[in-house]
Amino acid sequence: MRIVNILMALVVGLLFGIGLIVSGMTNPAKVTGFLDLAGRWDPSLAFVMGGAIAVGLVAFRLAGKRSKSLLDQPMRLPTASLIDRRLLAGSLAFGVGWGLAGYCPGPALASLASGGAKPLIFTAAMLAGMAIFELLERKRR
Amino acid sequence: MEIDWAHFTPWTSLAGGVLIGLAAALFVMFNGRIAGISGILGGLLSWPKGDTTWRLAFLAGLVAAPLAYGLALPLPDVQSDAGTAVLVAAGLLVGVGTRYGAGCTSGHGVCGLSRLSPRSLAATLAFMGAGFGTVFALRHLMA
Repeated sequence: MRIVNILMALVVGLLFGIGLIVSGMTNPAKVTGFLDLAGRWDPSLAFVMGGAIAVGLVAFRLAGKRSKSLLDQPMRLPTASLIDRRLLAGSLAFGVGWGLAGYCPGPALASLASGGAKPLIFTAAMLAGMAIFELLERKRR
Repeated sequence: MEIDWAHFTPWTSLAGGVLIGLAAALFVMFNGRIAGISGILGGLLSWPKGDTTWRLAFLAGLVAAPLAYGLALPLPDVQSDAGTAVLVAAGLLVGVGTRYGAGCTSGHGVCGLSRLSPRSLAATLAFMGAGFGTVFALRHLMA
C-alpha cells in the first residue's frame, strides 16, 4: 500500500472517531439507553445508523461498480454470503457483551485516550477475546 | 414504549452518523476497504501477518479522535455503571464474538447494511436482538 493510502487510513480513522464522539456513541449509557426498549428508550443510536447508512448506500453503490479504488487499490468488498451458525453465534455473543457494558469496538477505541479506566479494561479484555479466537482458529487449521 | 426525551439527541446523532458514513465512504472509495473496526483490529492479531501499516494508521486516527475533538470543543460527558468484572466479561464476549461473527456495528451494521448484504443484516439482527435481550434481562428481570 502506498503512503497516500496509509495517510487516508489515518484520516478516515480520525473522522470515524470524531463521528462517534459527535453522535454520542462513546457514552455507554446512551448505547444501553437505546438497548433498553422496555425502559425509558433513547432512540439516538437509530439516528446514527440512519445517517451513516444514508451516506454509505451511495458510496457502496459507486464502489460496487469499480474494480479499483480512486487511489488505484484493489476493491476488497466482502464476498462471503453464508449465514451459518458461526456468524449467528458470534454475533449473538457480541450482542450480549455489547448489552452488558454498552461498548462496541469503535467507541471503546475512540474512548481510550479520554475515558479513564473503563474503556481500557474493556479494550484489554476485547483484545484477549480476539487473541483467543486466533488461537482456536490456528488449532483448527 | 416511553421515549427518554431528556437524553434523546436526534440531530447530533444524525450528524455524527453522517460523519461515520463519510469515513466509511472515503475508505472504500480511496482504499477499497471496509471500515469495520473489529476486522481492522483483529486483523493485526491474525496469521500470517501482512498489511499491518494501514491498520495501525487507521487505529491511531481512531484513538486520537478525542484528542483532536478536545482541541476544538469540550468532550461530551460519559456515564457507565459497569464494574471491572462486567467490563472484562463484556470485552471477552465482544472480542470473541465479533471475530466469529466477522464484524461489529461498523462492519456489519454500517457498511454491510449499506451494501444491502443479507449476511450483514442477519448478523445485525442477531447482535441487536442479543443486546436488547441482555439489557432487558439486566434491568427488568434481575434488577
